[in-house]
Amino acid sequence: MTTTFWELFQFPFMQRALIAAAFTGFAAPAVGTYLVQRRLSLMGDGIGHVAVTGVALGLLTGTSPTWTAVVVSVLGAILIEVIRARGHTNGDVALALLFYGGLAGGVLLSGLGGDSVNRLQEYLFGAITTISITDVIVTMALATVVIVIGVGLSPQLFAVAQDHEFARVTGLRVGVYNVLVAVLAAVSVSVAMRTVGLLLVSALMVVPVATSQQLTRSFRSTLIAAMVLGAAASLGGLVLSAYLSSLSSHPNVAPGPTIVLLSLTGFAVTWPIGALVRRRARLRAPFPAVPPSDHEPTEHSHQHGADCGHVAVEHGDHVDYVHDGHRHAEHGAHYDEH
Amino acid sequence: MPVTNTPSASAAPPVQLTSGSVAIGGRPVLRRIDLEVPAGQFLALMGANGSGKSTLVRALIGLRPLTSGRMALFGTSIERFHDWSRIGFVPQRGGATSGVPASVWELVASGRLNHRKLFRPLSRADRAAITDALEVVGLVDRAGDGVSTLSGGQQQRVLIARALAGEPELFFLDEPTAGVDLANQISLTTSLGRLKARGATIVLVAHELGPLASLVDRAVVMRDGRIAYDGAPLADHAVHGAAYGDAHTHHHHASHHGHDHVPVVRSPLEGGR
Repeated sequence: MTTTFWELFQFPFMQRALIAAAFTGFAAPAVGTYLVQRRLSLMGDGIGHVAVTGVALGLLTGTSPTWTAVVVSVLGAILIEVIRARGHTNGDVALALLFYGGLAGGVLLSGLGGDSVNRLQEYLFGAITTISITDVIVTMALATVVIVIGVGLSPQLFAVAQDHEFARVTGLRVGVYNVLVAVLAAVSVSVAMRTVGLLLVSALMVVPVATSQQLTRSFRSTLIAAMVLGAAASLGGLVLSAYLSSLSSHPNVAPGPTIVLLSLTGFAVTWPIGALVRRRARLRAPFPAVPPSDHEPTEHSHQHGADCGHVAVEHGDHVDYVHDGHRHAEHGAHYDEH
Repeated sequence: MPVTNTPSASAAPPVQLTSGSVAIGGRPVLRRIDLEVPAGQFLALMGANGSGKSTLVRALIGLRPLTSGRMALFGTSIERFHDWSRIGFVPQRGGATSGVPASVWELVASGRLNHRKLFRPLSRADRAAITDALEVVGLVDRAGDGVSTLSGGQQQRVLIARALAGEPELFFLDEPTAGVDLANQISLTTSLGRLKARGATIVLVAHELGPLASLVDRAVVMRDGRIAYDGAPLADHAVHGAAYGDAHTHHHHASHHGHDHVPVVRSPLEGGR
């Protein structure tokens, strides 16, 4: 009994999944941008590992795994932040200890619970199509909190992540904002675990940011574009996995990996464009306005101009034409070597 | 930009450090330093690498806690000081870029946060102050560009504009000329000259002054965590003469300030404080 692709959208489980995917897609990059800004791209991954213990705890005790994951990952995120703040550059070893402790603890706890190992799988790789109405409402609420704070407090969070010492001298409570980002990251990990799974959650926080910053110049446009890309990848990945599943008689294309791979495809497409734009900008950056050491005319039959094909670079009050490792500047009827 | 040009006679000095000591990682670095900076003065804090000049300026703005002594900004003890909009801080250039692109405008706007309320957009006054700050450093035409596309000297000027945007009365600059070419040092000097003309109090840390020398009212030379000279401005080579410490080397140290005072004896989990 195979369902056709379009019929899928009439099912309530698919509609719930689409809503959850959209909210998750917007929320995850809203925090991820600050993690990338502080060069802590893997922090989401670390929190994800810690959350495994939370989920296992929920499955073992029969409470909602979403809430135990929120609690445990918030505690883990605060612990990571405290260790980072105290440990300076050596914090990454402490983070590693926490990552592995979280993952091992989760697998051990779920082993104690017997058959909950299979349930744990849902949280490790996502199972967005099994999401309940309550889960959707919780996802919407938490994601909205993350988006409102991530966007609304962006001037403050930007300043703290950019230069925490300057932020302190501006009078911002740097410690509070750092913990706030850690907590937001933990909340979005817990929100996204049903969509892409705990082992892939960091991808939804980081990859859209990496993609959007290929083409943006300002922080705000990076943040907004990353959120749009995150939502597009989530919805697109979900629909794509549904489509791929409908092609086969044994539908088992998981949405989580599809979302991540679609997001990575976006990066793979934008990266060469970004690299090209940056290379052009680099070649055209003005030379230092240092006058040439002596007058060195060249024998030159070629006439340089706006459309001669050679890169024109500003050099003090004139333009140097770059070709074959030379810099030629017009001087009366001839060109000088600069 | 409204900078108080005529400080009243009764006003407390902007900076007053009394018998201040700072320890890093348990080792005493600064020992019993007295420093008072009157309003409107341009003070150059000089000395060899590792002499404690960067540590001192960080103690003055509360980034390094004192182990003993008393530090006051505008007459208020640093622990109870909350009037941060009167203070401008220009760190070493390392802080200009991060993992995500930011425009010149956005970075300068973050210097305005001490005037803004949470969840509120920039007011007209905020925008005017940001534009004014960019004009002082001559980067208005680069406002929309990414900070990472600027040269080192231009990035340094962006950091100065960021401090300027908060319209402070008292500036601290940590090595603004390190690794900056002469042309940019000259435009930096012009920017700081405008600030000085507005009546701002300026404390500048420098390994060597270069063109900035023309602005300096007073020089303080640090040597091994203590003040070795305090008085009229000195020529660069006099600062590094035999009397004040190490031979003059022309290398500019990177932004690893602080850590060179502490021998690296620690396990991976221990902090560097």
